[in-house]
Amino acid sequence: MRNWALVLFQRDLQLSVRIGGSALVGVLFFLAVVTVIPFGIGPDLNLLSRIGPGLLWIGALLATLLGLDRLFQADRDDGTLDLILMAGRPLEVVVLIKCLAHWVGTGLPLVVAAPFLGILLNLDPVATAAVTATLFAGTPALTLIGAIGASLTVTLRRGGLLLAILVIPLAVPTLIFGVSATDAAVRDPVPFMTPFLILCALSLIAAVVGPIASAAALRFASD
Amino acid sequence: MAFWDYANPTRFLRLVQVVLPWLAGLCVGLFAVGLYMSFFVAPEDYQQGDTVRIMYIHVPAAWLCMMCYSVMTISSLGTLVWKHPLADVSAKAAAPIGAAFTFMALVTGSLWGKPMWGTYWEWDARLTSVLVLFIMYLGLMTLWRTMDDPIKAGKAAAVLTLVGALNLPIIKFSVDWWNTLHQPASVFRFDGPTIHPDILWPLLVMAFAFTTLFFVLHLMAMRNEVLRRRVRSLRLRAASAAQPGPAAAAQPAE
Repeated sequence: MRNWALVLFQRDLQLSVRIGGSALVGVLFFLAVVTVIPFGIGPDLNLLSRIGPGLLWIGALLATLLGLDRLFQADRDDGTLDLILMAGRPLEVVVLIKCLAHWVGTGLPLVVAAPFLGILLNLDPVATAAVTATLFAGTPALTLIGAIGASLTVTLRRGGLLLAILVIPLAVPTLIFGVSATDAAVRDPVPFMTPFLILCALSLIAAVVGPIASAAALRFASD
Repeated sequence: MAFWDYANPTRFLRLVQVVLPWLAGLCVGLFAVGLYMSFFVAPEDYQQGDTVRIMYIHVPAAWLCMMCYSVMTISSLGTLVWKHPLADVSAKAAAPIGAAFTFMALVTGSLWGKPMWGTYWEWDARLTSVLVLFIMYLGLMTLWRTMDDPIKAGKAAAVLTLVGALNLPIIKFSVDWWNTLHQPASVFRFDGPTIHPDILWPLLVMAFAFTTLFFVLHLMAMRNEVLRRRVRSLRLRAASAAQPGPAAAAQPAE
């Protein structure tokens, strides 16, 4: 990997995990969402284990949406974004690296936390493994699609809510295939690999479309 | 090339002035014929009775909400690729019309669903993907409203429209997948191999009527948007004439 890419990755990661960053807030939010759901629908363990994978996916989606406005906002506020735009590096690659660092800082902790939250929802080991695997394959797609919304709303003062509205329709396929792959592992209506491979494909598509569209939006926002 | 001649807004407005009365007249005529045919000529369905007449509003509205997104996609390409000055006007004008048709398709669909399925809302694959489309229209309109510079808002909305156009087939496919996995086959389907001509003709006339209605509304909305931008630039010029120089801007108290 080229040196500047590595430096950018390390910088973003360090900023997100140190004081002032917000990487672990996402995990706490995930925990809070999963904790509050049994208060809404009742403590029935059978029901919880049936809808648990879907709950974990929705919690991960919400936690990802919550952290997305930090992707470009802080860099725009202190002027770093303008320097990045003027540095002459390919902006698509820059966006991809920033998304990768953001995912390692916010998405990966969600994946790690999912098995522990699965215990709270009475998931059996197979379902827990399936949810963790699908979150691992699917949360990059959420971050990369979310980057489009983050760059479109970067000039707005309070873009967080609008960002969620713009991103949720685009995140529907990821959610569907994440949950149906988990369903396939538990109840076996179709082989697990079919929806899982489609989920991986969605992440790969997002890795192409997300940086291109996001870089275009950042260029338009700056001039 | 005619396409570029109408990059000039004044020429475009002159064209609209000529075309619009004819198009509006055609639209009224088609609606008169289409509504007469669908209410009095078309037969009742042997199972659904008179409620089948909802179809003559519902199906054209559903077609139109897809066509409107296509118009917006082409306009967004015009904004980003050719930088046509009227392209973002066209995209902005089309979004509320598309949202209205989508809403109409959802409402008539749910009114039709009550007597047929026994429920106003069914998480059917088509209904769900139209609902997602509706949310996308509303998101685009909100994005337009949050940015005060129309040029920047146009470019941002164009990026989002194109991403949405790429995603719509994926959303449709995934919703179909989700629906077949979670639910048995839908209650509603057309009986028989094809639609009978007695039903098809009113439907086609209504579809044409809705399409002309879309173009009438679209041209009117584009004209209004051009005029609105003129008012905006006149106001900006008046404001800068009233406060000349950067010194005045730095000391607003004086």
